[in-house]
Amino acid sequence: MISAAAPGSRPVAARPPESDRAGARWADALLAARLLLIDPVGLRGIAVRAGPGPVRDLWLETLRATLPAGAPVRSLPAGIEDDRLLGGIDLAATLQRGRTVIQEGVLAQANGGIVIVPMAERLAAAVAARIAGALDRGIVVVEREGVGRAVTTRIGVIALDEGATDDEQPPEALIDRLAFQIDLRDLSARGLTVTAWDGLAAARDRIATLAPASNEILEALVATAAAFGIDNVTAPLLALRAARAAAALDGRSVIGEGDAILAARLVLAPRARFAPAADEAPADEPAEPPSQPEQDAAAQATRDDHPEQPDQARLDEILLAAVQAALPDDLLEQLSGPSQRTAPSRRAGTGGALAAKRGRPAGSRMGSLRPGVRLALVDTLRAAAPWQPVRRGTASALGKEIRIEVRREDFRIKKFVERRERTIIFCVDASGSAAFHRLAEAKGAVELLLAEAYVARTHAALVVFRGTAAELLLPPTRSLSRAKSLLSTLPGGGGTPLAAGIDLAVTTALGERARGRDPLVVLLTDGRANIGRDGVAARQRAGDDATDAARQVNAHALAAIFIDTSPRPREDAAALATAMAARYVALPFVEATAVRDVVFSATPGFDRDRRSP
Amino acid sequence: MTAMKQAFPFAAIVGQDDMKLALLLVATDRKIGGVMVFGDRGTGKSTAARSLASLLPPMQVVEGCRFNCDPRSGPQSCSNMCDIRNTSYRPNIATSPIPVVDLPLGATEDRVVGALDLERALTRGEKGFEPGLLARAHRGFLYIDEVNLLEDHLVDLLLDVASSGENIVEREGLSVRHPAQFVLIGSGNPEEGELRPQLLDRFGLSVEVRTPTTLADRVEILRRCDSFERDPEGFEAVWRAPNQTISDQIAASRERLADVVVDDPALETISRLCIAMGADGLRGELTMMRASRAAAALSGDMAVGPQHIRRVAPMALRHRLRRNPLDQSGSDARIERAIGEVLDA
Repeated sequence: MISAAAPGSRPVAARPPESDRAGARWADALLAARLLLIDPVGLRGIAVRAGPGPVRDLWLETLRATLPAGAPVRSLPAGIEDDRLLGGIDLAATLQRGRTVIQEGVLAQANGGIVIVPMAERLAAAVAARIAGALDRGIVVVEREGVGRAVTTRIGVIALDEGATDDEQPPEALIDRLAFQIDLRDLSARGLTVTAWDGLAAARDRIATLAPASNEILEALVATAAAFGIDNVTAPLLALRAARAAAALDGRSVIGEGDAILAARLVLAPRARFAPAADEAPADEPAEPPSQPEQDAAAQATRDDHPEQPDQARLDEILLAAVQAALPDDLLEQLSGPSQRTAPSRRAGTGGALAAKRGRPAGSRMGSLRPGVRLALVDTLRAAAPWQPVRRGTASALGKEIRIEVRREDFRIKKFVERRERTIIFCVDASGSAAFHRLAEAKGAVELLLAEAYVARTHAALVVFRGTAAELLLPPTRSLSRAKSLLSTLPGGGGTPLAAGIDLAVTTALGERARGRDPLVVLLTDGRANIGRDGVAARQRAGDDATDAARQVNAHALAAIFIDTSPRPREDAAALATAMAARYVALPFVEATAVRDVVFSATPGFDRDRRSP
Repeated sequence: MTAMKQAFPFAAIVGQDDMKLALLLVATDRKIGGVMVFGDRGTGKSTAARSLASLLPPMQVVEGCRFNCDPRSGPQSCSNMCDIRNTSYRPNIATSPIPVVDLPLGATEDRVVGALDLERALTRGEKGFEPGLLARAHRGFLYIDEVNLLEDHLVDLLLDVASSGENIVEREGLSVRHPAQFVLIGSGNPEEGELRPQLLDRFGLSVEVRTPTTLADRVEILRRCDSFERDPEGFEAVWRAPNQTISDQIAASRERLADVVVDDPALETISRLCIAMGADGLRGELTMMRASRAAAALSGDMAVGPQHIRRVAPMALRHRLRRNPLDQSGSDARIERAIGEVLDA
């Protein structure tokens, strides 16, 4: 279990005692479950942050017990494929009956009930998008393997988020759509009480007859969402539905102020991107608002502190060009190409034998059945189908009766495109020495590499170290423009906690690997560590720690590139690169400032588009 | 079992004028090409695209044709699957709604391009072609939500058919070709992955939708969504007249389109804008010309004027600029500047 005191949490002093808060959290969790069951289609679901354990079991059990009799509950198996998720042809039945028989997918099977998504933090974006589509439209449209139809899918979703750290978050495309986010971490099952409730049917009846919400309620929900920096217009809509369900739960026919307040607490507070002002923040705002918003707010603050200079954009272009000239060409290629690494321990899953059944499906081809390949059943049948009359004739001439005969030449094998997603983790030294030397160029280099990453549709993360600690400035994202804007406002200064930087990069990389992506660590530093892991300035100790951290990169067989940003390539930097088993690249020293000034004054209309990346 | 949810009326969408205009432009002149809508979740992207169908006037088709063949376009246009190929054949004419076909996530290739009809083959041993989504979308619109999550091999396939206007199927012993001219409408959230440049190029227009910023607009959105949810039929009835007005506007502008004049000064303005923007190739100019003509037709004008060009320039050029993919804010400002230089000079 992880401590609830996440970085950035509000002072604890202002809060009620821990035990009361735990009780309130549990009460809210139960309340959310009831509201959801009153209007599952409108409220769409609950994201439950908790590891597996008695508390979560108790909550799920309560939810199940409250469901109307016969309402289906379906759990989504990990790594579910489209034929099970969306539905498709039921081959066995189709063959037996000689006509197309359709098998419902899990989503459609749950119509009128609940879909549980275990390990939502590891849910693939593609699956999340399919579930989100079903939630938005109340139907699942299937166009797969001989089946084309739309099936009613009115469901609520329980996303079980078991992420141990804040880096592991379920896909936003799903979480944004669910009305509630509850947190059951650190609750003790002892003393938690559940009271039976049998008012569901009555509440469901009542919700349909509620009077429309008053203007005051609508305006208050919208204004509250705006004050918390929630841009998404579906958030107030979800809050309105929650308020409606709350009124129905209480047996009232009009949505009251109390319902709106409850809805704001349960629906809007967990989405808050920033607090309007410290004293206005509701006392029971969750202990850890999502990490993303905090960083946004932080980035915003940074931007405000350092108003962008008018020439900044143009300067960046020139730096880009300068750095591009300084980087070896194949470095860019390496980023977009397959991993070159021959690691000491070959990781499972990257081997050639398995390649045949990994990646995204991409049609089928003729082929023979051998271990490790997967038969494309529908395509195989299609290939066999035209021959059936002939084969039946041949068989009956031999006195045999066959229904369908499939021969070896009919076999169609599923083609897969091995497209493991890649995440580049930029680990940038923003210390005083680096800032003095090459921070601008390092930024330019990262920017160039990001542009390459964009083409290859890669994820990027940004770890920055300076002062006494390292910080994950940008968790892995595909929104590279955010990486860029964060980077361009990154100030430099302070010591060089190199070990902390590498450690954090390793942690981030391992998290990405756990999600099935290929991480690549790109370290940009001058290698002059002077802050140890303990945050104390001691050059020798700092150097040892850095070497130790570098060895971790190798020990985990992480692919890495070491970009030395010091004025002259130095041996200890190269030694660190060796310890990491990283590719070492020294940025050749150029008088960047001088070149920049000259170029800048000579070509005021410098056109970034001439640059051909 | 099957249920289509009632679509939110197009006219009831609050704000989002760029997106709505772009859709009306391609509904007026499909030659403009597709529309790509970028935006955050909850901005009404898919609502607008899906409600388009109810605005479009019906079209004439060869009765019984599974490929939406146009009776006026003569025998050569239709595929070998249709009897119209026979020149002496006089087809019956039927009216049919203009299709707006959804390409759902998880669609497989056989359903998109068409494939051997499995049931017929298994039961009767007949080799028959079962048309796919591309055939259904012929002469209409193909809508892809979350286009950036589409499988790469499907994207390639769509690009190929979209540029040739013809779907060629060679699989399972079938050899079929049929016309497949559709307008692509894509929507996506840039946060969930960027779009391949080759695909982006195919869209005539590109618009960005943002969450409305004023509280009044947001409250209005909430109010309308709420009324729609509580009483879809009643809501539809309230908005029927405004929706019909838009529908009539499309029908009228389609009629008017052929007569709208694009004179030399207008053409020159368009070219100068494209040159100023460094938009590659002729495609930008052609799109601009068609889009500004459609804009004139929509507003009831018989000649393209600077106001029409100004209105469509950002959506026609935004995605054609050679640009740094990381620079998201720059392009609109550059277009504004160029418009200022060319039009206000």
